[in-house]
Amino acid sequence: MLDRAGALLSTTGDLSVFAMRAAREAVLPPYEFKETVRQVYELGARSAPLIAVSGFAVGVVLSMHTRASLERFGAEAMIPAGLAMALVRETGPLTAGLLLSGRIGAGIGAELGAMRVTEQIDALEAGAVDSFRYLVVTRVVACIIALPILTTLMNFAGMLGGFLAEAAATGMSLQLYFTRAFSLIAVSDYLPSTLKTMVFGFIIATISSYLGFTTSSGTEGVGRASTQAVVMSSVGIIVANVVLVRLIFFLFPGAAG
Amino acid sequence: MSSPRPGGAVLPAREHVPARAAVRLDGVTKSFGSLRVLDAVSFAVLPGCAFIILGRSGTGKSVMLKHIIGLVQPDEGRVFVEGDEITALRGVELSRVRRKIGFLFQNAALFDSISVGENVAFPMRRHTRLSDAEIRDRAVAKLEAVGLGQEYDKMPADLSGGMRKRAGLARALALDPPILLVDEPSAGLDPVTAGEIDDLLFGLKGNGGTTLVIVTHNIPSAKRLGDELVMLHQGRIVASGSPEELQNSDHELVRAFMSSQHAG
Repeated sequence: MLDRAGALLSTTGDLSVFAMRAAREAVLPPYEFKETVRQVYELGARSAPLIAVSGFAVGVVLSMHTRASLERFGAEAMIPAGLAMALVRETGPLTAGLLLSGRIGAGIGAELGAMRVTEQIDALEAGAVDSFRYLVVTRVVACIIALPILTTLMNFAGMLGGFLAEAAATGMSLQLYFTRAFSLIAVSDYLPSTLKTMVFGFIIATISSYLGFTTSSGTEGVGRASTQAVVMSSVGIIVANVVLVRLIFFLFPGAAG
Repeated sequence: MSSPRPGGAVLPAREHVPARAAVRLDGVTKSFGSLRVLDAVSFAVLPGCAFIILGRSGTGKSVMLKHIIGLVQPDEGRVFVEGDEITALRGVELSRVRRKIGFLFQNAALFDSISVGENVAFPMRRHTRLSDAEIRDRAVAKLEAVGLGQEYDKMPADLSGGMRKRAGLARALALDPPILLVDEPSAGLDPVTAGEIDDLLFGLKGNGGTTLVIVTHNIPSAKRLGDELVMLHQGRIVASGSPEELQNSDHELVRAFMSSQHAG
Protein backbone atom coordinates (compact mmCIF):
# COMPACT_ATOMS: atom_id res chain seq x y z
CA MET A 1 0.00 0.00 0.00
CA LEU A 2 2.81 2.38 0.97
CA ASP A 3 4.72 1.34 -2.15
CA ARG A 4 1.73 2.19 -4.35
CA ALA A 5 1.28 5.55 -2.64
CA GLY A 6 4.98 6.25 -3.15
CA ALA A 7 4.78 5.27 -6.82
CA LEU A 8 1.73 7.48 -7.33
CA LEU A 9 3.50 10.40 -5.67
CA SER A 10 6.58 9.82 -7.79
CA THR A 11 4.53 9.66 -11.02
CA THR A 12 2.67 12.85 -10.05
CA GLY A 13 5.96 14.61 -9.42
CA ASP A 14 7.49 13.42 -12.70
CA LEU A 15 4.33 14.41 -14.59
CA SER A 16 4.39 17.88 -13.03
CA VAL A 17 8.01 18.41 -14.05
CA PHE A 18 7.18 17.12 -17.55
CA ALA A 19 4.19 19.49 -17.82
CA MET A 20 6.19 22.49 -16.62
CA ARG A 21 8.94 21.72 -19.14
CA ALA A 22 6.33 21.46 -21.91
CA ALA A 23 4.79 24.80 -20.89
CA ARG A 24 8.19 26.51 -20.76
CA GLU A 25 9.45 25.13 -24.07
CA ALA A 26 6.15 25.93 -25.80
CA VAL A 27 6.86 29.64 -25.40
CA LEU A 28 10.64 29.62 -25.82
CA PRO A 29 12.35 29.38 -29.24
CA PRO A 30 13.30 27.56 -31.37
CA TYR A 31 9.81 26.71 -32.63
CA GLU A 32 8.84 23.68 -34.67
CA PHE A 33 6.30 25.49 -36.87
CA LYS A 34 6.02 22.90 -39.61
CA GLU A 35 5.55 19.96 -37.26
CA THR A 36 3.10 21.96 -35.12
CA VAL A 37 0.94 22.73 -38.16
CA ARG A 38 1.05 19.04 -39.10
CA GLN A 39 -0.08 18.12 -35.59
CA VAL A 40 -2.92 20.69 -35.69
CA TYR A 41 -4.10 18.88 -38.81
CA GLU A 42 -3.55 15.36 -37.46
CA LEU A 43 -5.00 15.97 -34.00
CA GLY A 44 -7.41 18.80 -34.74
CA ALA A 45 -8.75 18.72 -38.28
CA ARG A 46 -8.99 14.93 -38.30
CA SER A 47 -11.10 15.06 -35.13
CA ALA A 48 -13.63 17.42 -36.72
CA PRO A 49 -15.96 14.71 -38.10
CA LEU A 50 -16.15 13.01 -34.69
CA ILE A 51 -16.91 16.31 -32.97
CA ALA A 52 -19.47 17.40 -35.57
CA VAL A 53 -21.41 14.13 -35.51
CA SER A 54 -21.29 13.86 -31.72
CA GLY A 55 -22.28 17.50 -31.27
CA PHE A 56 -25.20 17.06 -33.62
CA ALA A 57 -26.48 14.01 -31.73
CA VAL A 58 -26.01 15.73 -28.36
CA GLY A 59 -27.99 18.71 -29.69
CA VAL A 60 -30.88 16.50 -30.80
CA VAL A 61 -31.06 14.73 -27.43
CA LEU A 62 -30.67 17.96 -25.42
CA SER A 63 -33.44 19.56 -27.48
CA MET A 64 -35.79 16.67 -26.79
CA HIS A 65 -35.07 16.82 -23.05
CA THR A 66 -35.36 20.60 -22.93
CA ARG A 67 -38.70 20.44 -24.75
CA ALA A 68 -40.04 17.84 -22.32
CA SER A 69 -39.05 20.07 -19.35
CA LEU A 70 -40.07 23.49 -20.66
CA GLU A 71 -43.40 22.32 -22.09
CA ARG A 72 -44.63 21.82 -18.50
CA PHE A 73 -44.18 25.53 -17.90
CA GLY A 74 -45.43 26.67 -21.29
CA ALA A 75 -41.98 28.03 -22.06
CA GLU A 76 -41.34 26.25 -25.40
CA ALA A 77 -40.13 29.54 -26.89
CA MET A 78 -37.12 29.36 -24.60
CA ILE A 79 -35.97 26.00 -25.99
CA PRO A 80 -33.42 27.38 -28.52
CA ALA A 81 -31.91 29.82 -26.01
CA GLY A 82 -31.84 27.25 -23.20
CA LEU A 83 -30.17 24.67 -25.40
CA ALA A 84 -27.63 27.17 -26.75
CA MET A 85 -26.80 28.33 -23.24
CA ALA A 86 -26.33 24.76 -21.99
CA LEU A 87 -24.14 23.88 -24.98
CA VAL A 88 -21.96 26.98 -24.97
CA ARG A 89 -21.42 27.21 -21.22
CA GLU A 90 -20.77 23.62 -20.28
CA THR A 91 -22.02 20.74 -22.40
CA GLY A 92 -20.03 21.67 -25.51
CA PRO A 93 -16.64 22.27 -23.83
CA LEU A 94 -16.85 19.28 -21.49
CA THR A 95 -18.19 16.83 -24.06
CA ALA A 96 -15.60 17.96 -26.63
CA GLY A 97 -12.86 17.64 -24.01
CA LEU A 98 -13.90 14.11 -23.04
CA LEU A 99 -14.34 12.96 -26.64
CA LEU A 100 -10.94 14.36 -27.58
CA SER A 101 -9.26 12.86 -24.53
CA GLY A 102 -10.39 9.54 -26.01
CA ARG A 103 -9.38 10.16 -29.59
CA ILE A 104 -6.28 12.32 -29.12
CA GLY A 105 -5.16 10.92 -25.76
CA ALA A 106 -5.20 7.32 -26.97
CA GLY A 107 -3.52 8.34 -30.22
CA ILE A 108 -0.67 10.26 -28.62
CA GLY A 109 -0.12 7.62 -25.90
CA ALA A 110 0.03 4.80 -28.44
CA GLU A 111 2.09 6.67 -31.04
CA LEU A 112 4.76 7.95 -28.68
CA GLY A 113 4.74 4.65 -26.76
CA ALA A 114 5.36 2.73 -29.98
CA MET A 115 8.09 5.20 -30.94
CA ARG A 116 9.74 4.66 -27.56
CA VAL A 117 9.76 0.86 -27.67
CA THR A 118 10.94 0.76 -31.31
CA GLU A 119 13.78 3.21 -30.52
CA GLN A 120 12.40 5.87 -32.88
CA ILE A 121 12.68 8.46 -30.10
CA ASP A 122 16.31 7.41 -29.57
CA ALA A 123 16.80 7.69 -33.33
CA LEU A 124 15.53 11.27 -33.25
CA GLU A 125 17.92 12.13 -30.43
CA ALA A 126 20.79 10.33 -32.16
CA GLY A 127 19.95 12.44 -35.23
CA ALA A 128 20.57 15.60 -33.18
CA VAL A 129 16.85 16.41 -32.87
CA ASP A 130 15.39 17.51 -29.54
CA SER A 131 12.76 14.78 -29.25
CA PHE A 132 10.88 16.54 -26.44
CA ARG A 133 10.48 19.72 -28.45
CA TYR A 134 9.73 17.86 -31.69
CA LEU A 135 7.24 15.31 -30.32
CA VAL A 136 5.81 16.70 -27.10
CA VAL A 137 5.81 20.49 -27.42
CA THR A 138 4.32 20.35 -30.93
CA ARG A 139 1.46 18.15 -29.72
CA VAL A 140 0.83 20.31 -26.67
CA VAL A 141 0.67 23.49 -28.76
CA ALA A 142 -1.49 21.77 -31.40
CA CYS A 143 -3.98 20.61 -28.75
CA ILE A 144 -4.12 24.08 -27.15
CA ILE A 145 -4.94 25.54 -30.58
CA ALA A 146 -7.34 22.80 -31.68
CA LEU A 147 -9.53 22.38 -28.59
CA PRO A 148 -11.28 25.81 -28.63
CA ILE A 149 -11.87 25.51 -32.39
CA LEU A 150 -13.31 22.02 -32.06
CA THR A 151 -15.44 23.12 -29.09
CA THR A 152 -16.91 25.92 -31.19
CA LEU A 153 -17.63 23.38 -33.92
CA MET A 154 -19.33 21.15 -31.36
CA ASN A 155 -21.49 24.06 -30.14
CA PHE A 156 -22.67 24.86 -33.67
CA ALA A 157 -23.25 21.21 -34.55
CA GLY A 158 -25.26 20.85 -31.34
CA MET A 159 -27.38 23.88 -32.19
CA LEU A 160 -27.95 22.49 -35.66
CA GLY A 161 -29.07 19.18 -34.14
CA GLY A 162 -31.32 21.10 -31.77
CA PHE A 163 -32.80 23.01 -34.70
CA LEU A 164 -33.58 19.83 -36.62
CA ALA A 165 -35.27 18.30 -33.57
CA GLU A 166 -37.25 21.50 -33.04
CA ALA A 167 -38.13 21.83 -36.72
CA ALA A 168 -39.40 18.25 -36.74
CA ALA A 169 -41.54 18.92 -33.64
CA THR A 170 -42.90 22.40 -34.42
CA GLY A 171 -41.80 23.34 -37.94
CA MET A 172 -39.76 26.28 -36.59
CA SER A 173 -37.70 28.10 -39.25
CA LEU A 174 -33.88 28.17 -39.21
CA GLN A 175 -33.79 31.96 -38.92
CA LEU A 176 -36.20 32.09 -35.96
CA TYR A 177 -34.44 29.24 -34.20
CA PHE A 178 -30.98 30.82 -34.39
CA THR A 179 -32.34 34.29 -33.55
CA ARG A 180 -33.81 32.86 -30.36
CA ALA A 181 -30.75 30.69 -29.71
CA PHE A 182 -28.38 33.65 -29.72
CA SER A 183 -30.76 36.02 -27.95
CA LEU A 184 -29.33 35.28 -24.50
CA ILE A 185 -25.74 34.33 -25.37
CA ALA A 186 -23.17 36.97 -24.38
CA VAL A 187 -19.43 37.07 -24.99
CA SER A 188 -18.96 36.28 -21.29
CA ASP A 189 -20.84 33.03 -21.89
CA TYR A 190 -18.86 31.95 -24.94
CA LEU A 191 -15.33 33.16 -24.42
CA PRO A 192 -14.35 31.90 -20.94
CA SER A 193 -15.97 28.50 -21.37
CA THR A 194 -14.42 28.00 -24.79
CA LEU A 195 -10.99 29.26 -23.83
CA LYS A 196 -10.93 26.96 -20.81
CA THR A 197 -10.65 24.10 -23.30
CA MET A 198 -7.12 25.32 -23.99
CA VAL A 199 -6.38 23.98 -20.51
CA PHE A 200 -8.13 20.73 -21.47
CA GLY A 201 -5.88 20.55 -24.53
CA PHE A 202 -2.80 21.06 -22.37
CA ILE A 203 -3.95 18.35 -19.96
CA ILE A 204 -4.69 15.82 -22.70
CA ALA A 205 -1.43 16.42 -24.56
CA THR A 206 0.91 16.49 -21.56
CA ILE A 207 -0.57 13.44 -19.80
CA SER A 208 -0.69 11.38 -23.00
CA SER A 209 2.78 12.46 -24.10
CA TYR A 210 4.21 11.72 -20.66
CA LEU A 211 2.73 8.21 -20.66
CA GLY A 212 3.91 7.58 -24.22
CA PHE A 213 7.35 9.02 -23.62
CA THR A 214 7.92 6.88 -20.51
CA THR A 215 6.57 3.65 -21.97
CA SER A 216 8.46 0.46 -21.25
CA SER A 217 7.71 -3.28 -21.46
CA GLY A 218 7.19 -3.48 -25.23
CA THR A 219 3.79 -3.72 -26.88
CA GLU A 220 2.06 -4.45 -23.57
CA GLY A 221 3.43 -1.12 -22.32
CA VAL A 222 2.12 0.65 -25.42
CA GLY A 223 -1.39 -0.65 -24.79
CA ARG A 224 -1.16 0.35 -21.14
CA ALA A 225 0.07 3.85 -22.05
CA SER A 226 -2.80 4.30 -24.47
CA THR A 227 -5.46 3.18 -21.98
CA GLN A 228 -3.99 5.19 -19.11
CA ALA A 229 -3.75 8.25 -21.32
CA VAL A 230 -7.52 8.18 -21.89
CA VAL A 231 -8.37 7.46 -18.26
CA MET A 232 -5.98 9.98 -16.72
CA SER A 233 -6.70 12.81 -19.15
CA SER A 234 -10.48 12.29 -18.80
CA VAL A 235 -10.23 12.43 -15.01
CA GLY A 236 -7.84 15.38 -15.30
CA ILE A 237 -10.33 17.28 -17.46
CA ILE A 238 -13.28 16.62 -15.15
CA VAL A 239 -11.35 17.68 -12.05
CA ALA A 240 -9.81 20.72 -13.76
CA ASN A 241 -13.27 21.71 -14.99
CA VAL A 242 -14.47 22.15 -11.40
CA VAL A 243 -11.63 24.54 -10.67
CA LEU A 244 -11.96 26.35 -14.00
CA VAL A 245 -15.73 26.91 -13.66
CA ARG A 246 -15.18 28.34 -10.19
CA LEU A 247 -12.42 30.56 -11.58
CA ILE A 248 -14.63 31.72 -14.46
CA PHE A 249 -17.44 32.62 -12.04
CA PHE A 250 -14.94 34.60 -10.01
CA LEU A 251 -13.37 36.43 -12.97
CA PHE A 252 -16.57 36.84 -15.04
CA PRO A 253 -19.48 37.22 -12.62
CA GLY A 254 -21.81 37.66 -15.61
CA ALA A 255 -21.13 34.05 -16.63
CA ALA A 256 -22.71 32.81 -13.39
CA GLY A 257 -26.00 34.58 -14.08
CA MET B 1 44.86 -8.70 -22.45
CA SER B 2 46.54 -8.20 -25.82
CA SER B 3 48.70 -5.21 -26.57
CA PRO B 4 47.21 -2.06 -28.12
CA ARG B 5 46.84 -2.09 -31.88
CA PRO B 6 47.20 0.65 -34.45
CA GLY B 7 43.44 0.77 -35.00
CA GLY B 8 42.39 1.16 -31.41
CA ALA B 9 43.57 0.75 -27.87
CA VAL B 10 42.10 -0.70 -24.71
CA LEU B 11 43.20 1.47 -21.86
CA PRO B 12 43.28 1.37 -18.13
CA ALA B 13 40.81 3.85 -16.67
CA ARG B 14 41.90 7.52 -16.70
CA GLU B 15 45.04 6.81 -18.75
CA HIS B 16 45.95 9.58 -21.17
CA VAL B 17 45.15 8.73 -24.79
CA PRO B 18 45.97 10.43 -28.06
CA ALA B 19 43.80 13.49 -28.69
CA ARG B 20 43.17 12.31 -32.23
CA ALA B 21 41.00 9.38 -31.11
CA ALA B 22 37.66 9.46 -32.94
CA VAL B 23 35.92 7.87 -29.95
CA ARG B 24 37.25 7.43 -26.46
CA LEU B 25 35.68 5.93 -23.34
CA ASP B 26 37.42 6.74 -20.10
CA GLY B 27 36.48 4.64 -17.08
CA VAL B 28 32.79 4.36 -17.99
CA THR B 29 30.67 2.67 -15.38
CA LYS B 30 26.92 2.16 -15.68
CA SER B 31 24.42 0.32 -13.51
CA PHE B 32 20.71 -0.29 -13.93
CA GLY B 33 19.32 -0.85 -10.47
CA SER B 34 21.63 -3.34 -8.78
CA LEU B 35 22.97 -4.65 -12.09
CA ARG B 36 26.34 -3.22 -13.08
CA VAL B 37 26.33 -3.33 -16.88
CA LEU B 38 29.62 -1.52 -17.56
CA ASP B 39 32.47 -1.54 -15.06
CA ALA B 40 35.18 1.07 -15.64
CA VAL B 41 35.38 0.44 -19.37
CA SER B 42 38.04 2.37 -21.26
CA PHE B 43 39.09 2.25 -24.90
CA ALA B 44 39.98 4.52 -27.77
CA VAL B 45 39.12 4.18 -31.45
CA LEU B 46 41.36 5.88 -33.95
CA PRO B 47 39.90 7.63 -37.03
CA GLY B 48 39.16 5.35 -39.97
CA CYS B 49 39.37 2.24 -37.82
CA ALA B 50 36.74 -0.52 -37.74
CA PHE B 51 36.29 -1.31 -34.06
CA ILE B 52 34.24 -4.38 -33.20
CA ILE B 53 32.60 -4.98 -29.82
CA LEU B 54 31.86 -8.64 -29.11
CA GLY B 55 30.12 -10.23 -26.17
CA ARG B 56 27.24 -12.40 -25.07
CA SER B 57 23.70 -11.03 -25.08
CA GLY B 58 22.96 -8.68 -22.21
CA THR B 59 26.58 -7.74 -21.53
CA GLY B 60 26.03 -4.03 -22.20
CA LYS B 61 27.31 -3.73 -25.78
CA SER B 62 24.34 -1.67 -27.00
CA VAL B 63 24.47 0.41 -23.80
CA MET B 64 28.09 1.18 -24.63
CA LEU B 65 27.12 2.41 -28.11
CA LYS B 66 24.39 4.60 -26.61
CA HIS B 67 26.98 6.15 -24.30
CA ILE B 68 29.05 7.16 -27.32
CA ILE B 69 26.19 9.19 -28.80
CA GLY B 70 24.96 10.52 -25.46
CA LEU B 71 21.69 8.60 -25.30
CA VAL B 72 22.77 7.11 -21.98
CA GLN B 73 24.76 8.96 -19.34
CA PRO B 74 27.44 7.05 -17.41
CA ASP B 75 27.31 6.84 -13.62
CA GLU B 76 31.05 7.41 -13.67
CA GLY B 77 33.61 8.12 -16.37
CA ARG B 78 33.69 10.22 -19.52
CA VAL B 79 33.10 9.74 -23.23
CA PHE B 80 34.90 11.76 -25.91
CA VAL B 81 33.98 12.11 -29.58
CA GLU B 82 36.69 13.72 -31.70
CA GLY B 83 37.99 15.48 -28.59
CA ASP B 84 34.61 16.76 -27.37
CA GLU B 85 33.46 15.34 -24.04
CA ILE B 86 29.94 14.34 -25.08
CA THR B 87 29.03 13.36 -21.52
CA ALA B 88 29.43 17.02 -20.49
CA LEU B 89 27.48 18.55 -23.39
CA ARG B 90 23.85 19.70 -23.56
CA GLY B 91 21.59 21.43 -26.06
CA VAL B 92 23.13 22.93 -29.16
CA GLU B 93 26.64 21.68 -28.38
CA LEU B 94 25.40 18.13 -27.93
CA SER B 95 23.54 18.37 -31.26
CA ARG B 96 26.70 19.62 -32.97
CA VAL B 97 28.66 16.56 -31.83
CA ARG B 98 25.81 14.17 -32.59
CA ARG B 99 25.77 15.37 -36.19
CA LYS B 100 29.24 13.83 -36.55
CA ILE B 101 27.82 10.40 -35.73
CA GLY B 102 25.55 8.10 -37.69
CA PHE B 103 23.71 5.38 -35.75
CA LEU B 104 22.28 2.22 -37.29
CA PHE B 105 19.92 0.77 -34.69
CA GLN B 106 19.44 -2.96 -34.28
CA ASN B 107 15.91 -2.78 -35.70
CA ALA B 108 16.73 0.20 -37.92
CA ALA B 109 14.28 2.42 -35.94
CA LEU B 110 12.90 4.00 -39.11
CA PHE B 111 10.23 6.65 -38.49
CA ASP B 112 7.16 4.68 -39.47
CA SER B 113 4.90 7.67 -40.15
CA ILE B 114 6.97 8.87 -43.13
CA SER B 115 8.22 7.17 -46.29
CA VAL B 116 11.58 5.46 -46.61
CA GLY B 117 12.91 8.32 -48.71
CA GLU B 118 11.72 10.93 -46.23
CA ASN B 119 13.46 8.96 -43.47
CA VAL B 120 16.73 9.39 -45.35
CA ALA B 121 15.92 13.01 -46.19
CA PHE B 122 14.98 13.81 -42.57
CA PRO B 123 18.51 14.55 -41.25
CA MET B 124 19.20 16.75 -44.29
CA ARG B 125 15.95 18.67 -43.80
CA ARG B 126 16.86 19.24 -40.16
CA HIS B 127 20.51 20.10 -40.47
CA THR B 128 21.21 21.52 -43.93
CA ARG B 129 19.97 24.47 -45.99
CA LEU B 130 19.67 22.41 -49.16
CA SER B 131 16.63 22.89 -51.39
CA ASP B 132 13.88 20.25 -51.47
CA ALA B 133 15.05 19.09 -54.89
CA GLU B 134 18.66 18.74 -53.74
CA ILE B 135 17.60 16.87 -50.63
CA ARG B 136 15.49 14.48 -52.67
CA ASP B 137 18.34 13.88 -55.13
CA ARG B 138 20.76 13.17 -52.30
CA ALA B 139 18.29 10.91 -50.50
CA VAL B 140 17.74 8.94 -53.72
CA ALA B 141 21.53 8.67 -54.15
CA LYS B 142 21.90 7.38 -50.56
CA LEU B 143 19.13 4.85 -51.16
CA GLU B 144 20.71 3.76 -54.45
CA ALA B 145 24.00 3.21 -52.62
CA VAL B 146 22.26 0.61 -50.43
CA GLY B 147 20.26 -0.88 -53.31
CA LEU B 148 16.93 0.79 -52.50
CA GLY B 149 16.82 3.44 -55.20
CA GLN B 150 13.30 2.43 -56.25
CA GLU B 151 11.84 2.39 -52.74
CA TYR B 152 11.75 6.13 -51.97
CA ASP B 153 7.98 6.36 -51.63
CA LYS B 154 7.41 3.06 -49.83
CA MET B 155 6.50 3.10 -46.15
CA PRO B 156 8.88 1.36 -43.70
CA ALA B 157 6.18 -1.20 -42.82
CA ASP B 158 6.23 -2.38 -46.45
CA LEU B 159 9.94 -3.30 -46.35
CA SER B 160 11.55 -6.59 -45.35
CA GLY B 161 13.90 -6.73 -42.34
CA GLY B 162 16.99 -6.54 -44.54
CA MET B 163 15.60 -3.65 -46.58
CA ARG B 164 14.72 -1.77 -43.40
CA LYS B 165 18.25 -2.22 -42.14
CA ARG B 166 19.69 -0.95 -45.43
CA ALA B 167 17.33 2.05 -45.30
CA GLY B 168 18.47 2.65 -41.73
CA LEU B 169 22.07 2.59 -42.96
CA ALA B 170 21.21 5.10 -45.70
CA ARG B 171 19.63 7.40 -43.07
CA ALA B 172 22.63 6.99 -40.74
CA LEU B 173 24.90 8.07 -43.61
CA ALA B 174 22.66 10.93 -44.79
CA LEU B 175 24.98 13.64 -43.43
CA ASP B 176 28.17 11.74 -44.37
CA PRO B 177 29.22 11.46 -40.72
CA PRO B 178 32.86 10.67 -39.95
CA ILE B 179 31.76 8.12 -37.32
CA LEU B 180 29.23 5.33 -37.76
CA LEU B 181 27.88 3.29 -34.85
CA VAL B 182 26.24 0.01 -35.84
CA ASP B 183 24.22 -2.13 -33.43
CA GLU B 184 24.12 -5.78 -34.47
CA PRO B 185 23.91 -5.32 -38.24
CA SER B 186 23.11 -8.96 -38.97
CA ALA B 187 20.65 -9.63 -36.14
CA GLY B 188 17.49 -11.27 -37.41
CA LEU B 189 18.70 -11.46 -41.00
CA ASP B 190 19.36 -14.49 -43.19
CA PRO B 191 23.05 -15.14 -43.98
CA VAL B 192 22.79 -13.75 -47.53
CA THR B 193 21.15 -10.49 -46.44
CA ALA B 194 23.56 -10.21 -43.51
CA GLY B 195 26.39 -10.61 -46.02
CA GLU B 196 24.95 -7.75 -48.11
CA ILE B 197 24.92 -5.46 -45.06
CA ASP B 198 28.52 -6.51 -44.36
CA ASP B 199 29.46 -5.64 -47.93
CA LEU B 200 28.01 -2.15 -47.46
CA LEU B 201 29.96 -1.65 -44.24
CA PHE B 202 33.08 -3.07 -45.84
CA GLY B 203 32.62 -0.60 -48.69
CA LEU B 204 32.51 2.28 -46.20
CA LYS B 205 35.70 1.03 -44.65
CA GLY B 206 37.28 0.66 -48.06
CA ASN B 207 36.38 4.20 -49.05
CA GLY B 208 38.32 5.36 -46.00
CA GLY B 209 37.55 8.10 -43.58
CA THR B 210 34.56 6.59 -41.80
CA THR B 211 35.26 5.29 -38.32
CA LEU B 212 33.12 2.21 -37.64
CA VAL B 213 32.13 1.03 -34.18
CA ILE B 214 30.17 -2.18 -34.59
CA VAL B 215 28.45 -4.36 -32.03
CA THR B 216 27.97 -7.85 -33.38
CA HIS B 217 27.58 -11.54 -32.56
CA ASN B 218 28.52 -12.47 -36.09
CA ILE B 219 32.09 -13.76 -35.82
CA PRO B 220 32.77 -14.25 -39.56
CA SER B 221 31.59 -10.66 -40.08
CA ALA B 222 33.71 -9.39 -37.17
CA LYS B 223 36.80 -11.12 -38.56
CA ARG B 224 36.20 -9.67 -42.00
CA LEU B 225 35.45 -6.10 -40.95
CA GLY B 226 37.39 -5.55 -37.77
CA ASP B 227 40.76 -3.85 -37.38
CA GLU B 228 40.42 -4.09 -33.61
CA LEU B 229 38.12 -6.38 -31.66
CA VAL B 230 37.21 -6.21 -27.98
CA MET B 231 35.33 -8.78 -25.98
CA LEU B 232 32.98 -7.53 -23.28
CA HIS B 233 32.16 -9.89 -20.42
CA GLN B 234 30.42 -9.09 -17.13
CA GLY B 235 30.79 -5.36 -17.76
CA ARG B 236 34.52 -5.45 -18.46
CA ILE B 237 36.70 -5.77 -21.53
CA VAL B 238 38.38 -9.15 -21.12
CA ALA B 239 40.29 -9.23 -24.40
CA SER B 240 41.27 -7.00 -27.26
CA GLY B 241 43.35 -7.19 -30.38
CA SER B 242 43.23 -8.29 -33.99
CA PRO B 243 40.95 -11.18 -34.99
CA GLU B 244 43.99 -13.49 -34.98
CA GLU B 245 45.04 -12.36 -31.51
CA LEU B 246 41.58 -12.99 -30.09
CA GLN B 247 41.46 -16.34 -31.84
CA ASN B 248 44.57 -17.35 -29.87
CA SER B 249 43.52 -15.67 -26.61
CA ASP B 250 44.23 -17.31 -23.27
CA HIS B 251 40.66 -16.58 -22.22
CA GLU B 252 38.50 -19.64 -22.73
CA LEU B 253 35.27 -17.70 -23.41
CA VAL B 254 37.04 -15.54 -26.00
CA ARG B 255 38.43 -18.57 -27.81
CA ALA B 256 35.03 -20.28 -27.74
CA PHE B 257 33.40 -17.12 -29.07
CA MET B 258 35.93 -16.65 -31.83
CA SER B 259 35.68 -20.30 -32.90
CA SER B 260 31.95 -19.94 -33.38
CA GLN B 261 30.71 -19.75 -36.96
CA HIS B 262 27.39 -18.38 -35.80
CA ALA B 263 26.29 -15.58 -38.10
CA GLY B 264 23.49 -13.98 -36.13
